[in-house]
Amino acid sequence: MKAYRRKLDLANGRVDLGHGSGGRAMADLVSGIFREAFANPFLDQGNDQAAFPTPRGGRMVMTTDGYVVSPLFFPGGDIGSLAVHGTVNDIAMSGARPLHLSASYIVEEGFPLADLKRIADSMGRAARAAGVTIVTGDTKVVERGKADGLFISTAGIGELPDGLDLSGDRAEPGDVVVLSGSIGDHGVAIMSSRENLEFETAILSDSAALNGLVEAMVAAAGPHLKLMRDPTRGGLAATLNELAHQSGVGFRIEEAAIPVKPEVAAACELLGLDPLNVANEGKLVAVVSPAGADALLAAMRAHPLGAEAAAIGTVVADDQQFVQMTTGFGGGRIVDWLSGEQLPRIC
Amino acid sequence: MKYVDEYRDGDLAAKIAAAIAAEVRPDRTYSFMEFCGGHTHAISRYGLEDLLPANVRMIHGPGCPVCVLPVGRIDDAVRLARRPGVTLLTYGDMMRVPGSKGTSLLKAKAAGADIRMVYSTLDALRIAEAEPDREVVFFAIGFETTTPPTAVALKLAAEKRLPNLSFFVNHVLTPVAMRAILTAPPVPGERPVAIEGFVGPAHVSTIIGLEPYREFAERHRKPVVVAGFEPLDVMQAVLMLVRQVNEQRAEVENQYIRAVTPAGNVAAQSLVDRFFELRESFEWRGLGSVPASALKLRDEWAALDAEKRFSVETIRADDNPACECGAILRGQKRPAECKLFGTVCTPETPMGACMVSSEGACAAHWTYGRFREHDSLRRAS
Ligand code: SF4
Repeated sequence: MKAYRRKLDLANGRVDLGHGSGGRAMADLVSGIFREAFANPFLDQGNDQAAFPTPRGGRMVMTTDGYVVSPLFFPGGDIGSLAVHGTVNDIAMSGARPLHLSASYIVEEGFPLADLKRIADSMGRAARAAGVTIVTGDTKVVERGKADGLFISTAGIGELPDGLDLSGDRAEPGDVVVLSGSIGDHGVAIMSSRENLEFETAILSDSAALNGLVEAMVAAAGPHLKLMRDPTRGGLAATLNELAHQSGVGFRIEEAAIPVKPEVAAACELLGLDPLNVANEGKLVAVVSPAGADALLAAMRAHPLGAEAAAIGTVVADDQQFVQMTTGFGGGRIVDWLSGEQLPRIC
Repeated sequence: MKYVDEYRDGDLAAKIAAAIAAEVRPDRTYSFMEFCGGHTHAISRYGLEDLLPANVRMIHGPGCPVCVLPVGRIDDAVRLARRPGVTLLTYGDMMRVPGSKGTSLLKAKAAGADIRMVYSTLDALRIAEAEPDREVVFFAIGFETTTPPTAVALKLAAEKRLPNLSFFVNHVLTPVAMRAILTAPPVPGERPVAIEGFVGPAHVSTIIGLEPYREFAERHRKPVVVAGFEPLDVMQAVLMLVRQVNEQRAEVENQYIRAVTPAGNVAAQSLVDRFFELRESFEWRGLGSVPASALKLRDEWAALDAEKRFSVETIRADDNPACECGAILRGQKRPAECKLFGTVCTPETPMGACMVSSEGACAAHWTYGRFREHDSLRRAS
């Protein structure tokens, strides 16, 4: 059986919401349109950031991202702090030290200035806390109805230490998969505050800058550390599938080892969602060779953002690149990409 | 969360699995159909197949309301949504269901139709009140579980005399579909179906109670065990079915006593009765046209009926002829036996009913189970 990829219907197709959900449809869109149009070796690596040598020696890392979250303010954060955390994390996942960000605001006519100030202040605070500076920006105002309130896009650069070479294609059979903490918090916090779906939960988004945790991990595991990635949109499931494809391997994970907060599990149950598909904004997955796993876990657990870090499985040889999971029940199943958007079931 | 954990206890599951293994007779097979997509989902998502002996086979039935809606009705909804001035409201999981010629509500929305996802029927009232200049149509689908909420919205719409709200009704009936599967004449060239018992639906039974399943036990001699959607519920229901088969009993048993009473929810039943009556016949994906298997609005509520207001005339459209949904829904074939499975038919590009929602048999197998063939092929080679 081939791992089937959808061919984009370039003549008649249109972008639909499924293309933006971080699942397989989105991967197909990116590889079918952008990767082809921009073709170059940096992009072909398929990481969330690109590392490049600077003309005078040393290496830098660059990333860019857009934030379209709804609602703009949610339990545990807002679009401003989220934009900083997301961008800082994309840089940090390469092992680089994030330095500077840019911020571009697309604001809809009629947007309250008080909210804009609140978001910008929060963005500034998040940047200072993460140790980065927002050094350039841009503001555009569009007509009412054209921006759903406010969009932010960012770029970020960081400095990559010598000798560090983390990349999504480096996972090898036998390696250990480590997760920094509980999954699904961000997605559930967002959903709980969405219009029409409000439900009572104490869950806060896990939105956080992970560069401090990453520094501790790099120091503890050194060359044993193979790769890191933050499982944002599409959740842990999408991230593991991406990594399986990039590295040409399979994963075997243990459901019982994956931390999920009881409130998150309950909310997912209610909505018919799988926490494995739900977004995170302050968690990371790392792949480490067995020799470095204990040191890595110890260093992570010593950091506040990695206190719940757990080894959740191993990398296996698999030409089908399946992510397989032993369920908490003792049975086996695949953990697949989500197809389309994750939508609450009706029945 | 405690509440959920109790039904997810792996140790308890191992005990029930051991009991099933001890009680099945090695010299025979046991084929049970879980009618409901919720059970199919639980079986796949928790890998329950691995916990059942090889001679206990679960047949995934048609009980996914999204999967069974025929192409023609999806086309109707798309046409309704494209009418100027119309806002179509739908539950999210309908969005991706394919109509004919590659349409879907998601694609119609991307092309500009005003289609909005809602989470409850009451959203329909809210939107209709807030936007009096739009013709708001609620796309009502589902089994007996989702019919009472539609009836509540109808009642409120009638009381408030909302002139711009109507309902496109596609509510279908579980027991009738179960009967259609059991009594379907054998298809020439296909293995006859051997369903020896049903895992009965959970939420549906909270509304309709146990009585409607009596005919399967009494007339057709098939045991029915109504069970909840938690994985332990399903395991326990299988054990109860194995026992009935071994003891040559055919009874309606209730595993889901924490929610289902014998009479069901009588208030909900009478509210449904006030607004709905049987359709003469309704087309099901995979099962064809089944008499008295769906509901429509009674004539006195014509003003709230989108089919009458917009003169909807369903045009029949066929599934892909290579699609084996019918045989899969009847338990004669397994998903991987369909030529289209995983080649042209995947959850992103569903060709047939069973691939449409995550609760359909093919989608569940694709999403959670396709490593099984892969692994057994590898072992064989
Ligand atoms: S794989 Fe697709 S085409 Fe084949 S039976 Fe299943 S739904 Fe129908």
